[in-house]
Amino acid sequence: MNAIELARLDIAYGPARVVHDVSLTVAEGESFALVGESGSGKSTILKAITGLAPEWTGEISVLGNPRAHRPDRGFAKTCQMVFQDPYGSLHPRKTVDDCLAEPLAVHGVGGRDERVKAALAAVGLDRRFRFRYPHQLSGGQRQRVAIARALMLEPRILLLDEPTSALDVSVQAEILNLLKKLRRAEGLTYLLVTHNLPVVSFLCDRLAVMRHGRIVEVAHVEALKTGRLADPYSRELYAASGGTLQPA
Amino acid sequence: MTAPLLTIKNLTVTFPTPKGPVEVVRGISFSLGRERLGIVGESGSGKSMTGRSILKLIRPPGRVTADEMVFDGIDLMGLRERRMRELRGARISMVMQDPKFSLNPVMTVGEQIGEALQTHRPMPRRQLRARVLEMLEAVRINEPERVADLYPHEVSGGMGQRVMIAMMLIPEPDLLIADEPTSALDVSVQAQVLDIIDELVRRNGMGLILISHDLGLVARYCDRILVMNGGAIVEECAARDLDKARHPYTRGLLAAMPRMDEDREELPVLDRTAWAAT
Repeated sequence: MNAIELARLDIAYGPARVVHDVSLTVAEGESFALVGESGSGKSTILKAITGLAPEWTGEISVLGNPRAHRPDRGFAKTCQMVFQDPYGSLHPRKTVDDCLAEPLAVHGVGGRDERVKAALAAVGLDRRFRFRYPHQLSGGQRQRVAIARALMLEPRILLLDEPTSALDVSVQAEILNLLKKLRRAEGLTYLLVTHNLPVVSFLCDRLAVMRHGRIVEVAHVEALKTGRLADPYSRELYAASGGTLQPA
Repeated sequence: MTAPLLTIKNLTVTFPTPKGPVEVVRGISFSLGRERLGIVGESGSGKSMTGRSILKLIRPPGRVTADEMVFDGIDLMGLRERRMRELRGARISMVMQDPKFSLNPVMTVGEQIGEALQTHRPMPRRQLRARVLEMLEAVRINEPERVADLYPHEVSGGMGQRVMIAMMLIPEPDLLIADEPTSALDVSVQAQVLDIIDELVRRNGMGLILISHDLGLVARYCDRILVMNGGAIVEECAARDLDKARHPYTRGLLAAMPRMDEDREELPVLDRTAWAAT
């Protein structure tokens, strides 16, 4: 079964159409990247999947179930999202414990104490962080909390929107290692949005290059590693990221 | 060799906190000729504070001390604010990170660029306009006539950054400090903006300090690199020798960056305990 299937997807914000005729499939257990410049519509696709950008036409199905045009409670258990800015995505007046326990309370899941402890351990945070507020944590620690929160309901799919671009290089390495380890341990499916091609090389199996709201190329990560992307725009992006082009 | 453009000896920047003063820059020394110097480091390494203290932009309660801070024979430490203002923009200028927050939203692009020149060198309006258009062309903006009359919100991020560069270079300063000039931009635009800075710096024979967290980028656009960590310079090397860097921090940073042809199962993580105390 495919984890995510998009067919002929158009997405609009009011009068502006930002994504045009996007079709792609992400297999279960796969790690798939959407790359492109700002404004190319890559984050909008994640938003449409979660129900945050309701004006879309076409088909979106997740684990075989078609998505409706609004957020739905059951969906939260299969698919969760991690946002770019760990400074903006945690409630400043809630402790780490509140933040991690909330999805459990909303969904009426028991054994909260154990689950919160387990989640902290899974993302490599010491127990002493459990009752701290976000302002007492560093950027990397906050992103760990955001990832732990996304994992509380044991989803099978994670949507990652630039999860490391607000972080320092050394902290980025820690978070990338964590994401790789979690995926292996839990058999997760990732749909990752980024403009950083080396991150795709490290974390993903396939990628789609987007421009002006359309997919210009879908490639295996090997094509990226060896510099053999086919589309002229993908090659331009690749060269601008410091890669050495090879004949396609 | 001629006298260096800028000499800094034992520069320290201190901020008071409830737990006592914190040194964010701890007695660094370096000198700069008419060359391209890169300062790299992670957040909190003191790299931006170093850039700002050269322009004396650190306001109380922050405190800047130095044994020596000399720019082209002028002692910056002893300079009155009034004289400093004549220097800023005219002889040393700074490109900031984000054009969205650094351009005046209620002035057109052309007016702001013109103001930067007019402040230091008054001239007739027609001549000023011609210089502005010429400068916009130099930063590779098509249709300068049209763009000069736009407001900052009407231009893209990459164009905004080019406008800022135009504004900073129009008084023909001797030293340009660029603090993360491309971090807010897309990769494809990044290269464009840096190429423009590079070309103009070379053409005018200026000194450049490029402050960035991106080792690869600094290595590509600079002659010499200073690596900062915890407010101190931990390593200084020629840009082409960056891959031979010896300090464990520099080596750690280089290794932690994913590569385009990545095949490592896990990225090495900096062992902060080993030298974080330095």
